[in-house]
Amino acid sequence: MADSSARAPPTTTGPALPVVGKSDTRPTWCPGCGDFGVVAGIEMALKRLGIPSHEVVIVSGIGCSSNLPHFLSSYGFHGIHGRAIPVAEGIRWANHELTVIGTGGDGDGFGIGVGHFVHAMRRNVDLTYVTMDNQIYGLTTGQASPTSELGHKTKSTPDGVIEAPIDPIALALASGATYIARGFSGDVKHLADLVANGIRHKGFAFVDVLSPCVTYNKINTFDFFRQRIYKLESSGHDPADKVAAWQRALEWGEKIPIGLFYRAERPTYEDLEEVLQAGPLARQPAGIVDLPKLLDEFV
Amino acid sequence: MAEISVRAGGQAGDGIASIGEAIARAYSRMGLHVFGLNAYQSVIRGGHVWFQARASDERVHSQGDGADVLYALDRTTVETHVNDLRPGGVVVHDPEKFAVDAKELPAGVRALGVPTLEIARKYTSQSILQNAGGMGATAFLAGIPLEVLQKVLADSFGRKKGDVVDWNLGASADGYRFAEAHASAVDRAPARGGAPKLLMTGNQAIALGAAAGGCKFLAQYPMTPASSIMHWMAAHASSLGVVVKQAEDELAAINMAIGASFAGVRAMTATSGGGFSLMVEALGMAGMTETPLVVVESQRAGPSTGLPTKTEQGDLNLMLGAGQGEFPRAILAPANPAEAYRATVEAFRLAESWQTPVLLASDLHLSENLATVDREEIVGGGVVPSLATVTPNGHGYLRYQYTDSGVSPRSFPGQPGLQYIAGSDEHDERGHLISDVRSGLPKWVSERQRMMDKRMRKLAGLAQEVPAPELEGPPEAPLTFLAWGSTVGAVRDALGELARRGVRANLLRFPAVYPLEPERLAARLGHLGRTLLVEGNYSGQFGRLLRAESGFVPTSRLVKYDGEPFYPHEIVAKALEVSHDGRQ
Repeated sequence: MADSSARAPPTTTGPALPVVGKSDTRPTWCPGCGDFGVVAGIEMALKRLGIPSHEVVIVSGIGCSSNLPHFLSSYGFHGIHGRAIPVAEGIRWANHELTVIGTGGDGDGFGIGVGHFVHAMRRNVDLTYVTMDNQIYGLTTGQASPTSELGHKTKSTPDGVIEAPIDPIALALASGATYIARGFSGDVKHLADLVANGIRHKGFAFVDVLSPCVTYNKINTFDFFRQRIYKLESSGHDPADKVAAWQRALEWGEKIPIGLFYRAERPTYEDLEEVLQAGPLARQPAGIVDLPKLLDEFV
Repeated sequence: MAEISVRAGGQAGDGIASIGEAIARAYSRMGLHVFGLNAYQSVIRGGHVWFQARASDERVHSQGDGADVLYALDRTTVETHVNDLRPGGVVVHDPEKFAVDAKELPAGVRALGVPTLEIARKYTSQSILQNAGGMGATAFLAGIPLEVLQKVLADSFGRKKGDVVDWNLGASADGYRFAEAHASAVDRAPARGGAPKLLMTGNQAIALGAAAGGCKFLAQYPMTPASSIMHWMAAHASSLGVVVKQAEDELAAINMAIGASFAGVRAMTATSGGGFSLMVEALGMAGMTETPLVVVESQRAGPSTGLPTKTEQGDLNLMLGAGQGEFPRAILAPANPAEAYRATVEAFRLAESWQTPVLLASDLHLSENLATVDREEIVGGGVVPSLATVTPNGHGYLRYQYTDSGVSPRSFPGQPGLQYIAGSDEHDERGHLISDVRSGLPKWVSERQRMMDKRMRKLAGLAQEVPAPELEGPPEAPLTFLAWGSTVGAVRDALGELARRGVRANLLRFPAVYPLEPERLAARLGHLGRTLLVEGNYSGQFGRLLRAESGFVPTSRLVKYDGEPFYPHEIVAKALEVSHDGRQ
């Protein structure tokens, strides 16, 4: 047998291991960017849950918001555009004792990466996916995004967007996510609650964060949202009611709900994958124990 | 050398592959060397498909030339294949379905009408049972004892018991007896060999080699001819403890494998050229983040969708150039299932040692065709240690530390105090980005160069470690073939045929096509006489690589891009042509 103890976690006698905090890299976002609120909310959530930083992996794609993993003290994977979710899934399946958080923007998650977003939700992989949705492409200096509103004039749409925007909350409801929430960068404490509960939730937890771009989106600003948002938890919404969740998801205009839209219990992919019932894959023995016997099937 | 080839043909859905595999397995259990060619089309029902099982008392490396017994389930099969029959050959058909006129047969070839449908009706109304009678007759003509065939058929039903098994055994015996009573067997059949051999496809060997090499995670999207890697692994996933994930697309498949590898398990993805084209960006990410990864590229005839069920070696340029920028990679190119097993084990070792992607170049001809393997050839692998815990390199762990080899200490999520960010952006030794606020500043300009140099140093190390070019056949010969991948098989058979004709030739084959170590290459290419490059693509892609790496230009070349594998006679003919026309 292979030495399966080689990668066993260290025994936790002695001082408690440090929880996630800021790294020594300072964010490079524009002053006033909504994403500061998101990194603060994720840090606050992880601190509250007391998860040691070495047991957390934050995965991102490409875009302003995808630089987020660098600003926290956990493990991180800063991949390529649109592919944060499959990398995060691979990490979970290799070691499902890790807390895995996907982060990225609306272009990354709902444009180039939308296929992965949908499939991860139907699988109910136990990830938390936090999108910083600013309804614009920022790092490429201001083109329309999949969530830009109809008529929004951008560098790539000087006469205004003529495509209907994706509704991430409705898409998540249709795709089978089991925890669906919307946060706001301007309310970090509320956002931290949503992220912490998402991490605690067994299954795919999606938190779409209204995270204004102060440089390239002059429509969907902090003031725009402050005038419109209201909290679902103080409006009598029952997150177990999927029909009600659909009704709330369709609200976007004078009133924009934030908070938990929907939550359900359903087995996760990791629960149903037979091989993972023997424990984290990274600690299982590798190779073929009885090669001669296996070769018999080729006779 | 005694050899015999049995060919069966009909429409897709007729069960041709099952007939062919049964015949091939019967021969391999007789201890003979076998090559089984499964020629099929991109249709599920109809069209024309055929299978050839070639058996010999000496090693065979390809489907060979010609056939001796042709079991034709339809007229098209007769019309398409009859001229490949050697003198003494037989066409097996059912006169109730169609007649075969002696005038349409080549000299020395006979036809045997076998009442396969009538035999089937004795047992059932299901006409598929005709194949059992046809196989029985074919087995008699092809020198396969009835009990060997029947055991193969019984085993193919697994634990299933009951009428269907009995019908097949009965009908195969009836067909066998009918042929015995009405015809004589082909006199070419080799005598029984020693112990039963293993019979496997290249893809089965790759999947087996992956498991033996320590693969714990396979993510794949279905694409011919790579899909059966996933099929074998999925069927063995629980017993081997391998997570097999059919992804939503190839983009996801490779990114999942990279994520799994980053988190501490050996991981693989497999695809064909179309899927690999989608994987290209992530391949570079594996190079940049220094994440070990094995990618199987089973080539089929392109470009674009091309000929999905036909073979080619047309993706070498793609494999060499896949990904923007430059990063170290290796490309291994096994020629047969035994080599494919060992190359896959080696691919995992190289990927892990050098923390970079390793490509395994297969093609349809290797991936999907059957060949016998001796148990002794399945070496390497076995039980593989889990990935070791890294030793922190002093205060402040440096994931991308500059080292002489270019390989830096790798930690895994879950290990305390060794956190880092694996970045697809350029980064410093700690993994911190140097792509945004640092880019272009003098200190970081030089750091970028140092980090590129560090990564690329791994290429020199890889070049030393990948399998070296090998010379097969007599050390000195006036003609040397140059070949890589599955094409090596037909060249090996051609070498045998040339030797029988008194033509001295040898083969320089490249089990790794990249990187090519310059000194090794010079030593091998230095003293060759005439050289004949044989490869399965239009432009001679490997020839171009060889020239780029060494300045060497082969005397002649034989390329093929019609979707079909090389046949030994084509190579023999070209060898004779270049040997006799005085060309240098």
